[in-house]
Amino acid sequence: MRYNERELLSLARQPAEKAAEILMRVPKKGSVLKKRLVKLVVNFLFYFRTDEAEPLGALLLEHCRITKEEENVFSISFIEDPDRKYSFECDTEEQCQEWIEALRRASYEFMRRSLIFYRNEIQKMTGKDPLEQYGISEEARFQL
Amino acid sequence: MKLNERSVAHYATCDSPADHAGFLHKRVERHHHHHHHHHTTSYHRRWFILKGNLLFYFEDRESREPLGLVVLEGCTVELCEAAEEFAFAIRFDDAGAKAYVLVADCQAAMEAWVKALSRASFDYMRLVVRELEKQLEDARKSLAACHKSPRRLSSGIKRHLSNPAMVPVQEQPPILENGCSKPPPLPPRRRLAAGSVCGAPTTGLSLTGQESPVSPETACFSKLHNWYGQEIAELRREWLESQKSREHGIVKCQEF
Repeated sequence: MRYNERELLSLARQPAEKAAEILMRVPKKGSVLKKRLVKLVVNFLFYFRTDEAEPLGALLLEHCRITKEEENVFSISFIEDPDRKYSFECDTEEQCQEWIEALRRASYEFMRRSLIFYRNEIQKMTGKDPLEQYGISEEARFQL
Repeated sequence: MKLNERSVAHYATCDSPADHAGFLHKRVERHHHHHHHHHTTSYHRRWFILKGNLLFYFEDRESREPLGLVVLEGCTVELCEAAEEFAFAIRFDDAGAKAYVLVADCQAAMEAWVKALSRASFDYMRLVVRELEKQLEDARKSLAACHKSPRRLSSGIKRHLSNPAMVPVQEQPPILENGCSKPPPLPPRRRLAAGSVCGAPTTGLSLTGQESPVSPETACFSKLHNWYGQEIAELRREWLESQKSREHGIVKCQEF
């Protein structure tokens, strides 16, 4: 599948929602934990070798599951292959929880659901569709 | 750089609803041409699906896997000065990056695509979500708003949210911009009871430091919130009235 790698690289250089050095293991046979700079930008999680400017890789965070594993550890897996896990070992349990929180909210789909929820709530409370005045109430992406 | 391609492809093809879909002709890259081809641009007809901030394209509608993906962050969507009618381009802030030139079948299709793509960025979605979050919070907090406020928003914010820095296509401007390239400043949280700073990128309104209520010309979100507050106050009054007369109120006022 082709993709605009250059744009992804550019995205990887944008200010991150969250970034930290975390031990990471990819779901490959014989893979071990390695220290990586992990950076969350929009709905992508980039991971770098700690001394490199270009990411090793990127994970699109849609239709994924973030799971708390053992102490300080969480994993990311994807809906079509739930046993294939990217593991992350944090320094502290607190850091682990923060990342889980952030990653669960990171998807576009999560934002869309939030928007629909807020839209509904506002409509219930006020009787008005808050998107109407922006002229975007008919947009497909904002529908239930 | 690696990408979780299998998962991305799955996301593209699964039955989660697409934000837009349709056939478009995609211009072929010049360097793919054999060197002794004379310079005619050619196009491939592809099936495009827009999901969130990702534009996928397939060989045809029944294809099981996408041919490719365009990540729609840091880009602008422009009408194109191409020989073809109904052409538009996705261009990136990154100067060296190639643009995607796409051709629709008709004016309406082109307009629909340009509109959909210009609102596709994560940042735009985030802007709208944060705005609604704020409105909900303010609607909950607002009780008796005393003054009747105009319902107008600052035209800058309003125009931005409806068309992220984009001029309506009907006016046929040569260039359209979307909000992707420079994520607009988010309307800052209200600091004062009545006044507010409107982060309107185009009109450049700035009321920082002012204590006086926002004037009608600079009406912005605080007005909207007050207006909602007025609505809530009225509903609440009605409810209290109905309670007094021992009828069950239709409106349940929660979380005040």
